[in-house]
Amino acid sequence: MRWTASVLAAVFLVGCSAPASRVADRGNAPAPAPVPGAAAPTSASQATTARSELRAAGDREVLHALSRLTYGPRPGEVERVRALGLDVWLERQLHPEKIDDSATEAALAELATLRMTTTELLHAYPRPDPQLRAKLASGEMSRQEMQERYPMEKRPARITAELQAAKMVRAVTSERQLQEVMVDFWFNHFNVFANKGDVRWYVSAYEREAIRPYALGKFPELVRATAHHPAMLFYLDNWLSARPDFTIPAGPNRGRKAGLNENYARELMELHTLGVDGGYSQKDVTEVARAFTGWTIERPQAEGRFVFRASMHDTGEKTVLGRRIPAGGGREDGERVIEILTRHPSTARFIATKLVRRFVSDVPPPALVDRVAATYSRTGGDIPTMLRTIFESREFLGEDIYRAKIKKPFEFVASATRALGGRPDAQGGMALARASAEIGEPLYEAQPPTGYGDRAEVWVNSGALLARMNFALGLVSGRYQRVTVDLPALVAGADTSVPAVVLDRLLAAILANQASPETRSVLAKHLADPQITRQTADDRGPANTDVAKLAALVIGSPEFQRR
Amino acid sequence: MPTRRTLLKAGGCALVAYAAAPRFLTRTARAAEARGKVLVAVFQRGAVDGLSMVMPHGDAGYAGARPSIALRSPRPGESDRAVDLDGFFAFHPSLAPLLPLWENHSLAVVHACGSPDTTRSHFDAQDYMESGTPGVKSTPDGWLARVARTLPAKSAPFRAVALGAVLPRTLQGDVGAISMQSIDRFDVRGGDASAGRGFESLYDQGVHDLLHGTGRETFEAVKMLRSANASRLAPANGADYPRGPFGDAMRQIAQLIKANVGLEVAFADMQGWDTHVGQGAERGQLAFRLRDFGQALAAFSRDLGDRMADVCVLTMSEFGRTVAENGNRGTDHGHGTAMLVLGGAVRGGRVYGRWPGLGRHQLFEGRDLAVTTDFRTLFTEVAARHLGAPTAALFPGFTSTQPSLGLFT
Repeated sequence: MRWTASVLAAVFLVGCSAPASRVADRGNAPAPAPVPGAAAPTSASQATTARSELRAAGDREVLHALSRLTYGPRPGEVERVRALGLDVWLERQLHPEKIDDSATEAALAELATLRMTTTELLHAYPRPDPQLRAKLASGEMSRQEMQERYPMEKRPARITAELQAAKMVRAVTSERQLQEVMVDFWFNHFNVFANKGDVRWYVSAYEREAIRPYALGKFPELVRATAHHPAMLFYLDNWLSARPDFTIPAGPNRGRKAGLNENYARELMELHTLGVDGGYSQKDVTEVARAFTGWTIERPQAEGRFVFRASMHDTGEKTVLGRRIPAGGGREDGERVIEILTRHPSTARFIATKLVRRFVSDVPPPALVDRVAATYSRTGGDIPTMLRTIFESREFLGEDIYRAKIKKPFEFVASATRALGGRPDAQGGMALARASAEIGEPLYEAQPPTGYGDRAEVWVNSGALLARMNFALGLVSGRYQRVTVDLPALVAGADTSVPAVVLDRLLAAILANQASPETRSVLAKHLADPQITRQTADDRGPANTDVAKLAALVIGSPEFQRR
Repeated sequence: MPTRRTLLKAGGCALVAYAAAPRFLTRTARAAEARGKVLVAVFQRGAVDGLSMVMPHGDAGYAGARPSIALRSPRPGESDRAVDLDGFFAFHPSLAPLLPLWENHSLAVVHACGSPDTTRSHFDAQDYMESGTPGVKSTPDGWLARVARTLPAKSAPFRAVALGAVLPRTLQGDVGAISMQSIDRFDVRGGDASAGRGFESLYDQGVHDLLHGTGRETFEAVKMLRSANASRLAPANGADYPRGPFGDAMRQIAQLIKANVGLEVAFADMQGWDTHVGQGAERGQLAFRLRDFGQALAAFSRDLGDRMADVCVLTMSEFGRTVAENGNRGTDHGHGTAMLVLGGAVRGGRVYGRWPGLGRHQLFEGRDLAVTTDFRTLFTEVAARHLGAPTAALFPGFTSTQPSLGLFT
């Protein structure tokens, strides 16, 4: 097909009320700033132009946009978005609060932990009684008795399981797709590991209060919210970091000396803001750690909220990246550090690079990174404006960019379920989360602070590829009962006794007719396989095609591994 | 020296089984060539505290820097303490299962080993150690992949295998390395044969593409593994692997070796070494991890028995940890650490490498154990002497300035 860059660029631009002539201006110079929030075309003639060009835009362009900005199209979605207009659709996605998502909320209703505060979770899902464990270990208590006394659904592991289920349900069914993509992106950027100590009780609130509200907001807000959150304070040990010679005044460690812990300070600069080559030194790490002393957690196992403890704080003067933070700043020292870091050009570049890698290519085009970084600096890290800079760029529409990204396991599982019209309930969400783990991405369980990688090499390997195929087979064969994929709908009205017709329908539904000639021909050859055509015993020809198996092959095909 | 009592406590059976070694090493050396040599690389991710894994009890700087987490010096007859190795170094008590291997000279330690690069970033340091090019991030492939590529091509799909959900950096490159979470699951399951055939032909073409190449190699490997039936090979000699991902990985690497599927390099990793808080001493967090680590290596060696003459296990970690304990009874990111070499023709029972000392002026940047052995010197020696691999292009831009460690006979 002709990859008509100008068409899609025009489509996006109209939605931003920028003159279409600016398309031609976009070279090395930073992209013009679209007006945030502008939704409607400014004139009737522009709308007419957009509509007519939109009609010219093929399924491939729409498929590309949906593949990158959502968890993949559901049946019929490419046509629907084309009819609506990509520009209109994009503006809606950038304002998720205006999109009705009550069906998804209803599916999540039974996952009570999602709405509970950390304090409530700490009380409702207490740590296992060590005495019970000892009795189990010594044989004094049977497993069954243990299960009765302490049922699975009352154990803390339930919190993570519900969170995993919710993430899957949202990815598959939410209408606010771009928001869900960005929540996943930022959670991974500010990763915490659910299985480290008390983080398990904090991580629900962390996503709900520190990530989700700012996923399409301003980047510095994310840094501030995560820096204050008990999940991050615990995960990167800052809650324990104190001025030298601080003596713990109370509790089980009363009288013990505590001191500086560099873990959060280092990762804040290396992974959250400046990037590892962002120009900081070991001395800066130590100074930042000093600034954050006293940022800790109030009663971690009973209350679990942020508190600044002046007694732990190092009151001396600090120098961070050459900027002096005067003595006596108290809690403000940390805020000052966040300000210095989030205004630093290295941060603009680092965040731009990660966004471009997510939405465009494993090898981020330098010119686009420059422009997105410029957008960051100009707008104070406004995320929707950075995203527009990406989506309106030539690079986003490059021929070599089409299907160049490999879906990570979570994206693959969600997109496969969406492609088959699946609607998981909470139980179904848990089953899909387990599938994501089998393919290599257990949700909320990335142990290192780097989170999961975003390049093909990380996810393409033989074991994972087999796991993807096995998931496809399981999904079509009803192994995930609570996911309710709708195969008959994909081939409704087709003559299923003719395998070639079935194949055509599946390629249209799952790959929006964008299968490569190789894949099409390989699958066509397999139509002769009696196990696929279910040839009848009396040899009167195929009676009924194995729709499920063909669907699994399409989902396991090379094209469907890419987005 | 450990007493007989500590040895028995550490693993009486192992002692009996290995009492005759290293004679079996020479006895089986000839047969080994037909079966091929195997290098197993083990990565301790998160930066293990080499100073408490292999404790320098002879250096006064150790205990003084760690008021609450220093191991107590070894004392004959007290098995809950560190176990002396040579009068200066001692194993953490959790590594007691490895003691018989030290005693029979099949286990060596290289201390104060690490990277010339000074980064204290886990991510960068792991990248450098896996690519084998400190300071250079653009290296496209990993050093273990380069080792596999230099070995005589046998087109065996299992020549390079990683146990785990993702293919590690060190095995990325054009050797078609395989990664698997488990041998059992390495197949197309849940469909009939036509599904397998269908998937196979979908990935049959375009080997130059990452996805297609992986697909084709995958199906070759699936067929081979089916016929080798590796997952039915139970641990031998009463080997008892610890529960958990690392024990499982080592058990399955042993299965692949015993199934003779052509394995040349294998990789497994173990997480949980980033002990910033509450590291513990003889007991606690680090002790807990080391126990699994030591038990898995000991079980692996026991499982393979005589076959260990062909197999060399090399352990590594991206850097060590601060000499001084931090404010939270833990340790922060440091520099030099300790690495282990087990099996093959290693001249074990010795700690290799120059000890830089823990005096204040001897520390790297005033806080960390200095590096006296570049990890590439160690890795080169293992690749060359154990596998017979050509090493000229193994570590681009690296020429060792230090003499060979003399690890192998």
